[in-house]
Amino acid sequence: MFAIFQYPFIQNAFIAGSIVATVAAVLGYFLIVRGLSFAGHALSSIGFAGAAGAILLGVSPVYGLMVFTVTASIAISILGREVRERDVATGVIMTFALGLGILFLSLYHGYAEQAYSILFGTIVGVSRDDVVFTFVLGLILLIMIAIIGRPLLFSSFDAELAETRGVPVRALGSIFLILIALTISITTQVVGILLVFALLIGPPATAIRLVHQPLRAIALAIILGLTYTWLGILLGGNSPWPVSFFITALSFGVYLPVRLFSKGIDSKRSAKGLEKLSITDSVLESQKDRND
Amino acid sequence: MGTEIQEPIIQLERVDVQLGGRVILHNIGLSIQPGEFIVILGPNGAGKTTFLKLLLGLIQPASGSVRVLGQTPKVGSHLIGYAPQHRVFDSELPLRGRDLVGFGLDGHRWGIGLPSRSRREKIDQALKEVDGLELADAPFGQLSGGEQQRLLIAQALLTDPRLLILDEPLANLDLSYQQDVVALIDKVCRTRGATILLVAHDINPLLQVADRVLYMARGHSAIGSPEEVITESNLTQLYGSPVQVVHTLGRYFVVGAEV
Repeated sequence: MFAIFQYPFIQNAFIAGSIVATVAAVLGYFLIVRGLSFAGHALSSIGFAGAAGAILLGVSPVYGLMVFTVTASIAISILGREVRERDVATGVIMTFALGLGILFLSLYHGYAEQAYSILFGTIVGVSRDDVVFTFVLGLILLIMIAIIGRPLLFSSFDAELAETRGVPVRALGSIFLILIALTISITTQVVGILLVFALLIGPPATAIRLVHQPLRAIALAIILGLTYTWLGILLGGNSPWPVSFFITALSFGVYLPVRLFSKGIDSKRSAKGLEKLSITDSVLESQKDRND
Repeated sequence: MGTEIQEPIIQLERVDVQLGGRVILHNIGLSIQPGEFIVILGPNGAGKTTFLKLLLGLIQPASGSVRVLGQTPKVGSHLIGYAPQHRVFDSELPLRGRDLVGFGLDGHRWGIGLPSRSRREKIDQALKEVDGLELADAPFGQLSGGEQQRLLIAQALLTDPRLLILDEPLANLDLSYQQDVVALIDKVCRTRGATILLVAHDINPLLQVADRVLYMARGHSAIGSPEEVITESNLTQLYGSPVQVVHTLGRYFVVGAEV
């Protein structure tokens, strides 16, 4: 089974996949915490149009992907403050972007493999150059999030207080969206645009359900993301089925039971904490529930 | 308390504040001494939150001078602890009590904050002061309103502020819990010798602890002891419409105006 690791393309896939899984897990955590999962989805669809357009122009799709997603993220930052507005606006733009992508692909008379690989990822088609590119960009992204992570987290949970402490809340939000755009660009190489969520949302969403402390949740998300990727490559490399399928199946397959059973974990944990409080507090709590 | 003459911790002179062309605060002049417990009262839209933002350095006056702790207000001062109003936290918030409280200490600093013993001790100390140590590891979103309020006060105290500004900390709390929170704030601030500005809608839970009342309505203000300020003539003038004040059973009831 592990014989496949002698092949350079599997080694490349392994290295690139590990970098992407790590970066996606970390950035994805913030994406969930800020309630921007839909924006992640919109950006990947917009990226699809960019990548398809790049192929049509004969340019490497990754660059089209990056240009379109970064531009779109800047546009989202400038255009919408109200989350509700953003929801509809980006949904409309996203559908249009998908349509554009389909148009570009239909106009393209070259190899269909390139289109397939943008949509679903061909991690086993990753070259040494791609690995270097992914490593450098991934490292930059990790350094950036390490620098802005704490104030970003603060402003995600408590924007008003963060502002009074001098945190540049709006600027951080805009920078974050650009980082997400770049994360989507490198994640696309591994699982393709349509399945970016498998690594960007799956592992952190699962981790958040299990662990309540930010640093630990991020660490767990990274472990999960790496596990799905490594297992996915192992299984995909030894079978005729695509790696992206295995990664997605693992990501969803773990998330679902955790989601269904984590309510139990949560209420047990809070019950422990609340046991120690007086009767008055429990009475007040039930009053609060009645008022909700 | 000594008899030295202290510089006021807050001093406003002839301050006007405009937002979007509208005059929000008009000709406000007041001075607050260190260690005072001031309750800010008045209807919504009167300019209370604007006044707080002025002290926090988030907005500038159109005219007049504002001095807080002897300086022009600057955003991000550690000498001011602030708890904004109407903070709603998702019940599924992936933070423990101590994580949220910890933001008050260093949430604004760049770089990864690695856990350190001294940081943990500081947070534990603040939690002990508000009697909230056992709430520290529970998911914050699942605590009751009163419990959350206790932790939010701890959060505001973490930088050892000289001035504590609490915007409607008693909202949505049951009356007996309000009294607990008031007693807690009073105890904590007297021990530290800090000045408190507390925005509320009802003076009654605060009568035992308030030194003075700052009443704001329609952009104007009056400051003094509760007996001096909460009178029919004062409030009628402030509101610009007839207001009746009933002072009975050791409590104030303001009738005829939105409080």
